[in-house]
Amino acid sequence: MSDKILLAHGSGGQLSHELVEHLFLKYFDNPILAHLDDAAVVRETRFFGKNRVSGKLAFTTDSYVVSPIFFPGGDIGKLAVCGTVNDLAMRGAMPLYLSAGFILEEGLPLADLERVVASMAVTAQAAGVQIVTGDTKVVDHGKADRLFINTAGVGVVSAGVNPGGDQVRPGDVVILSGTVGDHGMTIMSQREGLRFDSPLVSDCAPLHGLVAAMLDALSSLPLGEGSGVRALHCLRDPTRGGLATALNEVAGKSGVGIEIEEHAVPVRDAVRAACELLGLDPLYVANEGKLVTFVATEAADAVLARMRTHEYGREAAIIGQVTAEHAGRVVLRTALGARRVLDMLVGEQLPRIC
Amino acid sequence: MKYIDEFRDPQLARTLLANTRARSTQPVRFMEFCGGHTHAIFRHGLRQMLPPTVKLRSGPGCPVCVTASADLDRAIALAKLPDVLITTFGDMLKVPGSHGALQTAKAEGADVRVVYSALDALQIARDHPERAVIFLGVGFETTAPTVAVSILEAEAGGLDNFYVLSLHKLTPPATRAILDAGEVRLSGIIGPGHVTTVIGSRAWEFLPRDYSVPCAVAGFEPLDILRAVAALVEMVESGQPAVVNAYARGVHPEGNRTALDIMHRVFEVSEADWRGLGRMPASGLALRPEYARFDAALAFPVDPGPTREHEGCRCGDVLRGTVEPPDCPLFRRVCTPARPVGPCMVSAEGACAAWYRYGGVDV
Repeated sequence: MSDKILLAHGSGGQLSHELVEHLFLKYFDNPILAHLDDAAVVRETRFFGKNRVSGKLAFTTDSYVVSPIFFPGGDIGKLAVCGTVNDLAMRGAMPLYLSAGFILEEGLPLADLERVVASMAVTAQAAGVQIVTGDTKVVDHGKADRLFINTAGVGVVSAGVNPGGDQVRPGDVVILSGTVGDHGMTIMSQREGLRFDSPLVSDCAPLHGLVAAMLDALSSLPLGEGSGVRALHCLRDPTRGGLATALNEVAGKSGVGIEIEEHAVPVRDAVRAACELLGLDPLYVANEGKLVTFVATEAADAVLARMRTHEYGREAAIIGQVTAEHAGRVVLRTALGARRVLDMLVGEQLPRIC
Repeated sequence: MKYIDEFRDPQLARTLLANTRARSTQPVRFMEFCGGHTHAIFRHGLRQMLPPTVKLRSGPGCPVCVTASADLDRAIALAKLPDVLITTFGDMLKVPGSHGALQTAKAEGADVRVVYSALDALQIARDHPERAVIFLGVGFETTAPTVAVSILEAEAGGLDNFYVLSLHKLTPPATRAILDAGEVRLSGIIGPGHVTTVIGSRAWEFLPRDYSVPCAVAGFEPLDILRAVAALVEMVESGQPAVVNAYARGVHPEGNRTALDIMHRVFEVSEADWRGLGRMPASGLALRPEYARFDAALAFPVDPGPTREHEGCRCGDVLRGTVEPPDCPLFRRVCTPARPVGPCMVSAEGACAAWYRYGGVDV
């Protein structure tokens, strides 16, 4: 093992997981963190004096170091709001409040900072969250790359809603909310100076509205399990490491096999073209406005139909299903009908994308 | 998507496979020379779709993989020199040398940058006149012409801080070496598509002529490869080995004259050191004397010390096609893409990486 931090440790793939499991969990281990989901969900019922306090909170944090800081479809500020909102939404939480911590490099044009902050404000307002606390640090020129942002967020989770990486069961249907690879290839093409006929645009978007719509559709279903929302077993936003890595995480945590149909996964032509040029597989490329969900078979049609009525789920599609076979592994059926393993991302050379 | 979807058509693939199955009576083993083919074959699951009589074996067509340990060590030693900026294709970063990889030198402070073309490296040299910018010239006939262009442009622009470490290798000599060694019985060669766009399909005529082995030059989409396999089966069954160009939309019999002329203007054919195949005469490209001032090997003599090969690593055998990756005792147990022992596990064109990523379990 390398005794130095490598860029691959931040790729979201195998080395990132090893770093989390062998270092951070070694020191920070507790039952809540051990879930390693997008956000921690804490349930508390305590007495504060004589008052009974009770509720379920989702809590998360993420740092944003994307380069370039402005790109088609967004900027580092929009990403910092959407990313944290999405991490909360992936636990079925309604996002409420965010913090914003800025690390600024000496010499950063004030106009750039203002553009980023204004974008954060617009995004937060549209997402219905407030940025209620923050911090700013400035470091010497060369000690950071223009600006880095950390956001933390809290949200509330309603009763019965409990999607998690370990909740997936054989028979579940896998639904993807839209095309994959848009964000990652937008950033890559900006960095490599690639131009295409139909321009690449990041999919950066807040997804809690889509999740709320999915929960609405589920709660009106006449399902036997008590409440329909329990049929929503897992939500993931496939960011770093892409769809393939997100699916592998879920297969591992839930101890199930996942079967994906390659031709069912929507990919924009411009993204495919850019991937072909750079030798990348869109299934491993980052997204910032997509989710993949695992729902019980009987709820799949209703969820899919409702997703397609939402602006961030118009191209939603069933891409596969969960099986009891080959537990812990994801298998892809290629367009030609062959089957092969779809492994987790292993330290690919990817630029900073989020 | 145009030029992609047509070559991934499932119905056409089924028809082509059915015809091949019907024609194939004798067991054959074809080598796909090119690592790009290896990855396409695994990515699309082609091995399992072929008739049981047809087996494929991966060859040495991965430029990073065939780079000798001594050359890799030299590149790492160059990276550690003061005021040197190394530019390289991404694959080279993670290949373990005798002591660490370029990636570890980078984490320790060496300035190593990933580029997609030698021309990007040239731009970095223009942007950093105070630094010596060295491009690691790893590749076959496919990449050598653009590297030659970068040197011609550096000369025209009067750049005095741009250098190339030429580790370029030629593909026909490697194919000859494998057939001469006779360690693995081969009934045909799937010719490398991109290399052959440059050198031309005529360059493979020695295969039927000297070895009675058929060759089908293939593109990189599933149907390209299946069509090449069908052509090879046909030639084996009919007993008429020849060179078939199954990649006519990219390959001409004479190749790309312009690219070849530029390549030969800057480089001359030289001896080269290959991992797995050893030192072979007339199998590489060195800078001609008139371009010697761009030669990083001459400008920066370094002594990286003796090489240390990793015990148990069978990359050399994998590159010669005598074993398949799972036959290596380190494969998947010790050697993984996250902690590669040998280059074949690192490169996007390496056979071990393809087996690890796409194969491994019967699914």
